[in-house]
Amino acid sequence: MSEFLNMGGYAAYVWPAYGLTLMVIVWNIIGARRLLARSREDARRRVQMRGEEA
Amino acid sequence: MAWTWFHRLGSPPYIYGLAARLTPWFGWLAAVSIVGGLYGGLVLAPADYQQGDDFRIIYVHAPSAWMSLMVYSTMAISAGVGLIWRIKVSHAVAAACAPIGASFTFVALVTGSLWGYRMWGTYWEWDPRLTSELILLFLYLGYMGLRSAMDDMQRADRASAVLAVVGIVNVPIIHYSVLWWNSLHQAPSVMQLAAPTMPASMLIPLLLMFLGFTLMFAALLLVRLQAEILSRERTANWIREAVAS
Repeated sequence: MSEFLNMGGYAAYVWPAYGLTLMVIVWNIIGARRLLARSREDARRRVQMRGEEA
Repeated sequence: MAWTWFHRLGSPPYIYGLAARLTPWFGWLAAVSIVGGLYGGLVLAPADYQQGDDFRIIYVHAPSAWMSLMVYSTMAISAGVGLIWRIKVSHAVAAACAPIGASFTFVALVTGSLWGYRMWGTYWEWDPRLTSELILLFLYLGYMGLRSAMDDMQRADRASAVLAVVGIVNVPIIHYSVLWWNSLHQAPSVMQLAAPTMPASMLIPLLLMFLGFTLMFAALLLVRLQAEILSRERTANWIREAVAS
């Protein structure tokens, strides 16, 4: 296991590269889901406002 | 009659529903491909005989670089279609692409820099490949900045679309930069017409990562597209049902 983590002496380059990629994937997933949730909430509010005006 | 499917592709409620149904399929297939690719790349593939384990950065670097170009091409083509045929959904696709593409362009640059440090002895060099990829990041950021600077959605769509379309000249420049100029960066070993110059144990995980990243792009795009469609359709009646739940 420690041999795997050591990456033949390249751990300081390999793991940051994988770590950053993972972070950006997670950021993309959370960001996209949040954006959709917010857009749905905005749309729901607009629909409600129009309903009250009518 | 035969054209009805084509017209439906321009219909916001149809695309909104389709995107919602397809997202989990692309998302889970992407997850399976990426987990398989990571296992193959980090555990099963042997260390490179020249680069040792450092070469394993390829499994995140090359798919990210592929994403940066594929997403830009998708964005520019959608923006162009939106400009020419004035299709709202097309502009929505383009707008949804930008943050995804920008983030993976950033990953390609940083992972490339980490890889380059041991191989070339420097984190950064004003090399044709590196410089043109950095320009791609600025194109994405410029596109997003231009959009957020305009309150009127239609004007933002049209102005940003012109930028996206003009910027596509950079895509072939990035791809061929390593062949046209004397670059530090290696020539393509997978994205070329001839057979890949890599043994199967290294190549198969890489292909899985390419597939996984592409599927992940589809899933992320479909989620963002739903949001873009909702914010464009301010008065449509179908929205009432779409957000009722």
